[in-house]
Amino acid sequence: MKNRLPKLRPALLVLLALLLPVVRVAAQSTASDSPEMADVLRQSGKIYVVVAVIAVVLVGLLFFLIALDRKVSRLEKELRD
Amino acid sequence: MKQNWWKALTVVLLLYVSVAGLLLPVPRLAILNETIRNLYFHVPMWFGMTFILAASVYYSVRYLRTPTPALDIRAHEAARTGILMGFVGLATGSIWAKYAWGAWWTNDPKLNGAAIAMLIYCAYLVLRSSFTDEQQRARVSAIYNIFAFATAIPLFYILPRLTDSLHPGAGGNPAFAKYDLDSNMRLVFYPAVIGWTLLAFWLAQLASRVSLLKLKVYEKQIA
Repeated sequence: MKNRLPKLRPALLVLLALLLPVVRVAAQSTASDSPEMADVLRQSGKIYVVVAVIAVVLVGLLFFLIALDRKVSRLEKELRD
Repeated sequence: MKQNWWKALTVVLLLYVSVAGLLLPVPRLAILNETIRNLYFHVPMWFGMTFILAASVYYSVRYLRTPTPALDIRAHEAARTGILMGFVGLATGSIWAKYAWGAWWTNDPKLNGAAIAMLIYCAYLVLRSSFTDEQQRARVSAIYNIFAFATAIPLFYILPRLTDSLHPGAGGNPAFAKYDLDSNMRLVFYPAVIGWTLLAFWLAQLASRVSLLKLKVYEKQIA
């Protein structure tokens, strides 16, 4: 566990970034004095579903872009020779 | 050998922006709530559009000095990419407006200015399609491009600031200006601007390469 700690650092930092707003909300009085945010979505972990969906969409589109780029490079090479 | 490092950077930045944009903390503001995260997607569209349209003008100016088909293609494809970014910017802004202001569109100097600028660039596309002679098309559209850019810049960046506007960044909303430069948000906002701008250049470059290939194939066929 000890020598795996540096690798876990990004995960720990993200976790901390998530927990800090929760701590803030937990410290609130019941007369909610600050604007509501998607805290429930975060506490339930559902925000990760949103992140995953967006990431998948983006990766899919980027893969398509890279494949297109490669095809064009191949065609350019073919025309040059 | 082609330089591709900036494409890898684009991929990394866009993935980072999409993940961090949702997970990292943002200021808690009334009315906006979580939609403030749109800042990482809506605003970079406009930044990217400005940069790519500037590139388009650069190629147009170069074309007027040394007319080559390649320069005309580059100018045209960069303009097309800029127009795409602009329309995505308008669409994302409209969606945001519906939820933050209650209307898909408002009679606002920034919004109307942006719409007019996009219409001017659409006219550029129409202008190009009205020519049959390639050299004439390239020359006239290069000249029009320069005027279009010179008109778009005041429409986007100067006129809206001279008057009150509901849209942030104008005379009427100093409070939001403090928050869209929130240091937490800067962590995602600056990479977002760079990432989406690089994507614009990638798209324009790909489109230019395809057009140049088509040109080469055509020249080989008639040779």
